[in-house]
Amino acid sequence: MSLDKPYSDIPGTVIFDADQARKGYHLNQFCMSLMKAQNRSRFKRDERAYLDEWPMSEDQKKAVLARDYNRMIALGGNIYFLSKLFSTDGRSFQYTAASMTGLTQEAYATMMLHGGRSPEGNRRVGETPAPAGSDQKVK
Amino acid sequence: MARITSGVATSHVPAVGAALDNGRSGEPYWKPVFAGYDFSKQWIARQKPDVVVLVYNDHASAFSLDIVPTFAIGCAPAFPPADEGWGPRPVPVVEGHPELASHIAQSVIQQDFDLTIVHKMDVDHGLTVPMSLMFGQPERWPVRVIPVPVNVVLFPPPSGRRCYELGKAIRRAVDSFDQDLNVQVWGTGGMSHQLQGPRAGLINREWDNHWLDRLIESPEEVARIPHIEYLREAGSEGVELVMWLIMRGALNPKVRTVHRFYHVPASNTALGHVILENMG
Repeated sequence: MSLDKPYSDIPGTVIFDADQARKGYHLNQFCMSLMKAQNRSRFKRDERAYLDEWPMSEDQKKAVLARDYNRMIALGGNIYFLSKLFSTDGRSFQYTAASMTGLTQEAYATMMLHGGRSPEGNRRVGETPAPAGSDQKVK
Repeated sequence: MARITSGVATSHVPAVGAALDNGRSGEPYWKPVFAGYDFSKQWIARQKPDVVVLVYNDHASAFSLDIVPTFAIGCAPAFPPADEGWGPRPVPVVEGHPELASHIAQSVIQQDFDLTIVHKMDVDHGLTVPMSLMFGQPERWPVRVIPVPVNVVLFPPPSGRRCYELGKAIRRAVDSFDQDLNVQVWGTGGMSHQLQGPRAGLINREWDNHWLDRLIESPEEVARIPHIEYLREAGSEGVELVMWLIMRGALNPKVRTVHRFYHVPASNTALGHVILENMG
């Protein structure tokens, strides 16, 4: 693809562009199906059988079963579609976001309470990030 | 004649809706968030808008990956709250204004903005959380709403410039509608946040506030900010802020800031809120 992707050097970030959307079409549509209560209960009864109804790659199915959100995103998932999956599990955006950062939910919540992750060092790959939870409230 | 009197911008964090729906708005974590809207509730009770043109994004609720419209407009008489995976929010059905919505669609399409016309659509937290923040928990919403969903999920969203110009086109459309209506335009989403990947939790207080200063005073400048700056500075989901430019474009060049609020954190997000009234 010849289109310039100036966002490809943002650390820890996959931009859900047309290429990702094509790759993740069935994964995301599977997530979307969980908006119906009857589908949620069928999925919960037998996750693997439900996933096998979708023409997803084996890697995508494994990532879903493992609830590996970073992997799902790498394989074309988008967080708003994936939110149907973690909502089905009764999990919040914050729980899921924490799981992707490698922090415990508690440490992540504390970082947010202290002003969130600083953009310092997090704009481009190769920069040195400020330590997680470093206080941004001081201006 | 119909007229646009003011604009409201606010974040639409889903956890805010959940906190309200589950009776947790008085908890220490959420109390300061809701306190930021105390003035807004009094203000809107005085303003009594007839119609709100509510710019938001659908979060994979009404639009799957089958069809992703860049700009759409809801022309239905009613829009039910969506089931986003945990059952629909316990909020009233959103009543539309099909006549004005169709008029806006016809007008802006002829001004070269190719809106997708929608006659059946569920509305998710992107639309209903701002309603709750501004109106609380009424039995029935005291205003009619024209939903304007904008794609900010599948990159690229429309440019800031395009959003700003669409706001101006909506303004011209409303100005030419021959019913006497008090119309507000709301822009929602933002501010800095990233919900995905190892960089999740990114917040940029300084950038957000500088952006907001310029949105109010020099929107032409903000309209030129490229997507990459939002992604780097405000997080992958911070790019939602382009929707605030539709609200700003629909207002006069000179506006009065009657309320401004900024709070970190609301779950993963920097929550911003501003009320602007037309001057002159």
